[in-house]
Amino acid sequence: MRLIESLGKWLDARLQIGSAIRESAEHPVPRKTASWFYVFGSAAFVVFAFQIVTGIMLALIYVPSAGQAWNSLQVLNHNVGLGWYIRALHGWGSNFMVAIVLIHMVQVFLFGAYKYPRELTWIVGVFLLLVTLGMAFTGQVLRFDQDAYWGLGIGASIASRVPVMGSSIVHLMLGGPIIGGATLSRFFALHVFLIPGLLIAFVGLHLLMVLKLGINEWPMPGRVVRKETYSKEYHELTKKDGLPFVPGAIWKDLFFSAFILLSIAACAYYYGPFGPSGPPNPTIIQTAPRPDFFFLWLYAVLSFLPPSMETPALLIGPVIVILALLLLPFLFGGGEKSWRRRPTAVLTILLVAVSLGTFTDLAEHTPWSPVMDAWSGDPIPSKFLHNRSALERQGALVFQVKQCHNCHSLGDEGGKRGPALDAVAVRLTQDQLIRQVIQGGGNMPAYGKNLTPAETTALVAFLETLHPAGQSPAKDASRAIALGGDSAAPTSGHLQYGNE
Amino acid sequence: MTQSGGLSRRELLMKLGIVFNGVVGLVLAVPIVRYLLSPIVHLRKEGDESWVSLGGVEQFPSGETRLATYRNPIVSPSDGDTADIACWVRNVDGNTFQVFAINCAHLGCPVRWFAQSGLFMCPCHGGVYYQDGSRASGPPERGLFQYPYRLESGKLLIKAGQLPTPGNPVASNTNIVREIRPCA
Repeated sequence: MRLIESLGKWLDARLQIGSAIRESAEHPVPRKTASWFYVFGSAAFVVFAFQIVTGIMLALIYVPSAGQAWNSLQVLNHNVGLGWYIRALHGWGSNFMVAIVLIHMVQVFLFGAYKYPRELTWIVGVFLLLVTLGMAFTGQVLRFDQDAYWGLGIGASIASRVPVMGSSIVHLMLGGPIIGGATLSRFFALHVFLIPGLLIAFVGLHLLMVLKLGINEWPMPGRVVRKETYSKEYHELTKKDGLPFVPGAIWKDLFFSAFILLSIAACAYYYGPFGPSGPPNPTIIQTAPRPDFFFLWLYAVLSFLPPSMETPALLIGPVIVILALLLLPFLFGGGEKSWRRRPTAVLTILLVAVSLGTFTDLAEHTPWSPVMDAWSGDPIPSKFLHNRSALERQGALVFQVKQCHNCHSLGDEGGKRGPALDAVAVRLTQDQLIRQVIQGGGNMPAYGKNLTPAETTALVAFLETLHPAGQSPAKDASRAIALGGDSAAPTSGHLQYGNE
Repeated sequence: MTQSGGLSRRELLMKLGIVFNGVVGLVLAVPIVRYLLSPIVHLRKEGDESWVSLGGVEQFPSGETRLATYRNPIVSPSDGDTADIACWVRNVDGNTFQVFAINCAHLGCPVRWFAQSGLFMCPCHGGVYYQDGSRASGPPERGLFQYPYRLESGKLLIKAGQLPTPGNPVASNTNIVREIRPCA
């Protein structure tokens, strides 16, 4: 004990930082901020440090070469003792870090902590969010598998839409004309050197300002931020009702950070590492690329935007969001801090959370994509085939063979790209069915060139059987009259169309 | 030494030192920036595309659409499998071909060919194309990208070499190549 003490004295005589450290550790914070709501920032910092450690562990084995990276991940997963676990820790650490940074941001927003005089702390925080997302995306690329390869293609396709400079930006991003060795090398440099460097610099600034300006006081309804008086009020508060950060508040940070690290360790143990999926060989096209969890919402948005909106939304949308975040403290720098008096702030958070949650959930099910193997893998449920005529069953065969099932579900099986057809005969008359099949429309391709008249006849005959038992199919009331006053509706076997 | 007037010797030396560093910085910055820009500077000099063979024409029967692969004309030693690129070859009528990029015109995912319904479908966001590559439905704003092609001593050649993207479609010619050009 004595040895440690004298060693400490020896060091401090030379470094002379002991008093500065003690001063920052014991700086007074408002008593109410020693709260479980104020633990997310420190947890994000701890997870970041954890990511650096596990990242360096992975770099001992990982090979940042397009030809070798995937194999080196296999080696990590299977040949290196507990290599899989380090990969899992880093992957889960990444998810936790993004989640905690987002929660931290929401808490700061709802507690009005971005208001005067902490505008710059918020702005640096916005950059911290961006570089954290940058780490998540580049990290996903380093897991150089099929998803990473095609994900890069998606990134390139988005970047290429920038007017005039699009092509140059793509070449700079990929490091060449195609996704290849140079691409992985530069994403490695970004993920391992450049972005972490920025992250460390921003974290330093962020922390410095938290220390200099003091932690945001607990927002009280009615306590309004005024630039002229705020600093004085804050200092009085910390003097009157404050306590030293160490040990007054830090024990909650310590417990929460340890709990988060334990959660990462548990997730890594139970769920294991992420991928890699198939090898990054672009000639293997039987793949449905998907981004990692935190980019799923974007994946969904990209499928719902109308084509004409897509390029403007992709290029201008992020700029608007980032600008709005950066300008927030200047537009709403004073006034109430408490979320109880800021209904718009609460509604904004709810709206964003519900939107992102909905899009993420949709992206888990991708209802907009054809199910590529439904035509060969999902048979038509037998209830749709009982007591059907030969023609109608032939139509069911056409339905399968022509891949209709990839986009249309029957009995909940098959694609969800188009409407479910369980009761299509109630919605469309025979003529409408024929027209829809041949001409397409409403986002359905036209099948006129790929169906013979006989196939169309059979297919429509089958579709006409698709209605609930007690409900009769839709009929065109004028059809019988148009066909010569015959009251009997023509049967499906005598369709009239084509160039008769 | 006593100071005379506004600028002392030390101040002058400090300012000269800053200017000197600025000049050296500039001298170093030029090659560094040139190095960083090499992916685009190279592009302007000679272009990334050249003619590559997809193999004998007999592999692509008339009226059918088949998957073909080629090794990218520009390869670096660390590319591994990523330089093997796939494309769809459609032999329209025995004389006319269409060679489509594998990348969806929406966001570049690999499209798959369904011969029975004569459609290309994309697994990512549901883009669908007709057999001639024109857009059928979904989010793409245009048809599939097409490589220029030519036939040479019984082989099908395409001009390829870079990832086709909406902002940078393959070569400049995205129309169907209707005629077979004479062998060079």
